[in-house]
Amino acid sequence: MRTALFITCLADALFPEVGKATVQLLERLGEEVEFPAEQTCCGQMHVNTGYQKQALPLVERFAEVFSPYDAIVAPSGSCVGSVRHQHVVIAERFGSPTLVQQVKAVAANTYELSEYLVDVLGVTDVGAYFPHRVTYHPTCHSMRMLRVGDKPIKLLQAVEALELVELPAADQCCGFGGTFAIKNADTSTAMLADKMRNVLDTGAEMCTAGDSSCLMHIGGGLSRLRAGAKTVHLAQILAATREQPMVLGRGERQAEVHAGPEAVL
Amino acid sequence: MSDASERSLSLSKGRSSTSSDRMLPPTSPRGVGNLRGEDRFPVAARRTLADTQLRRNLGKATTTIRAKRAQVVAELPDWEQLREAGRQLKVHTMAHLPDYLAQLESAVIARGGVVHWARDANEANAIVIDLVRAKGVDEVVKVKSMATQEIGLNEALEQEGIAALETDLAELIVQLGHDKPSHILVPAIHRNRAEIREIFLREMADADPALTDEPVALAGAARQHLRRKFLSAKVAISGANFGIAETGTLGVVESEGNGRMCLTMPDTLITIMGIEKLVPRWQDLEVFLQLLPRSSTGERMNPYTSMWTGVTPGDGPQEFHLILLDNGRTAVLADAEGRDALNCIRCSACLNVCPVYERTGGHAYGSVYPGPIGAILSPQLTGIEDNASLPYASSLCGACYDVCPVKINIPEILVHLRAKHTETYAAEHRVPSAEASALAAAAWVMSDRKRWTYALRSGRLGRILGRKRDAIGEVPLPLVKQWTDARDFARPPKQTFRDWWAAEHGGDR
Repeated sequence: MRTALFITCLADALFPEVGKATVQLLERLGEEVEFPAEQTCCGQMHVNTGYQKQALPLVERFAEVFSPYDAIVAPSGSCVGSVRHQHVVIAERFGSPTLVQQVKAVAANTYELSEYLVDVLGVTDVGAYFPHRVTYHPTCHSMRMLRVGDKPIKLLQAVEALELVELPAADQCCGFGGTFAIKNADTSTAMLADKMRNVLDTGAEMCTAGDSSCLMHIGGGLSRLRAGAKTVHLAQILAATREQPMVLGRGERQAEVHAGPEAVL
Repeated sequence: MSDASERSLSLSKGRSSTSSDRMLPPTSPRGVGNLRGEDRFPVAARRTLADTQLRRNLGKATTTIRAKRAQVVAELPDWEQLREAGRQLKVHTMAHLPDYLAQLESAVIARGGVVHWARDANEANAIVIDLVRAKGVDEVVKVKSMATQEIGLNEALEQEGIAALETDLAELIVQLGHDKPSHILVPAIHRNRAEIREIFLREMADADPALTDEPVALAGAARQHLRRKFLSAKVAISGANFGIAETGTLGVVESEGNGRMCLTMPDTLITIMGIEKLVPRWQDLEVFLQLLPRSSTGERMNPYTSMWTGVTPGDGPQEFHLILLDNGRTAVLADAEGRDALNCIRCSACLNVCPVYERTGGHAYGSVYPGPIGAILSPQLTGIEDNASLPYASSLCGACYDVCPVKINIPEILVHLRAKHTETYAAEHRVPSAEASALAAAAWVMSDRKRWTYALRSGRLGRILGRKRDAIGEVPLPLVKQWTDARDFARPPKQTFRDWWAAEHGGDR
């Protein structure tokens, strides 16, 4: 089985630690992961902002780059949601019938990380060690577009020494929403304020999720407030072990935004 | 072009004087009604977000209704089948709308009613004014109705010297407060009881000066005030939740009984119904009367469900007029990707779960239809450019789609309307918008590995901004400011993922 990592444009540019953690985790579980260097972006930003036609080359590119693989895994519910639900719409509207077929085939093989671990590899205990108090935010697209359900929770519950606390009003959107965060910055911030209040109420040191975009938003807000709590991607927690624990930050230069706590492994 | 839009086009062709087969159906006209706000959503929202009372009321009310709805929906083992049945009934009806409308018209006439066709708000208002004038009265009572608010009927009547009295308690509060409704179902959700008491004392001539702000006392004052009007009114005006093509029966679903007073006591009843409110058969109510109350108020059964068919001699209104309103609906029907917005049964479940609505309230949307359904309905009724900011008033979280009793895929239609906006804008302007240029540039960069790799590396320049705290604070530049006003930004890493991969695993970057 050939497995490809779809890093997502955001993690490639800003959160390489999430990609590294994903690779280290999968390799620890005995998987051989390839990184097709031709990949760029799924095009969700274009589609969701109203530029569907401009997304076509990105949709074509995605299908072409990932077609040779049996499984494509990405550390993002949102990008996988786009691949699974939006690519076919774009292909049907602007592309050829061949592209539609290709896009459907690739979409069927594309998994969000927790899906890949639980559904494809059939593991919930990945042998991770993470001695921290953590709360989990189910991101909207992983929850409502992909229906990952309690897969991330099961993975977290199996992590040694991790104290998982329930996030109040967890199913409410954090307010990120892609360009929504810019176009409707005030409303987005109002939503963020409530999400941060709920995160802080749990007393957790860290809020985790399966999407760097939402974590960047929540983490950026917590950092601005110097709230102490941070955000960390699910992959980073699952990658950490007793032998190679995750070290938060380096020295006194401690990143407070989900940039993030750098996994020094 | 699909079956339904062909039918609807031929319907509008038959009713208009134009000879062009290709002409698209008209949208709702400007200058009348309440579908367009004065400000764009982000501007209006900035104002309402600062309203502490509103935030508190909405937070409390939506949380309560959400929990009630979830509880009564969970009771039904066949809820998902019911939703699917509701969806299919609506899709079928919309695909055969002209036939069912004609059937409804015949059935209403056969039972002694009069049917009027109104292409838009102006026509509908004019028909009502003529009917009321013919009765020689200058006051009418009203049943809570979204369609009459949509067309600005009260304002149109007022201009003609006719007073229209809202009889739904919350609508009465809104009317007396010279205010606008902010929720489809709970229009005065933004008011607290102290404000309501003050409004009653100021605006209700017959209010007791010793009135307290106890809910029971407030309801009692309104009740007394309204009873006098019910007994004296000669003409009532209503909307309709359902129109049954098979029998010509109209239905109104309400909670207070005030609607029923209006529907039964006056001599003349005028009902304004959007053409999408049709259901084919009486039996179809079996589905909708289960879906609607559980979705809207979280009740198992609706308290007052009034049904009437034409005129019954010696019982109820002796004159009945049905006005069938288009006002942009045929235009919505002509858009295959957007037309499901017409399937809405006005339950407002989507408002109650929407994290945007919960914080901004209804006024920010500028239309009588707020929240997620408003964000897809208003821009389609008015034409996209008149409400271009509404499809963007959503984080696309999808909570609305999950609760919609007729499974309208609101996020998908929002995305569709965003595209419709950018395409319309591009067609109407010579110079592309800054956003369009930026996204075109992004697509160009992302279409080539080398360009993408260089663009990623250039992000490292941003490291200098975050050197103090290893995070980027406020940056007073356009767009960046929109993010950094409230949130820090991640300091770009020294090495992108692909550069790390190439260093570790070898191969191309």
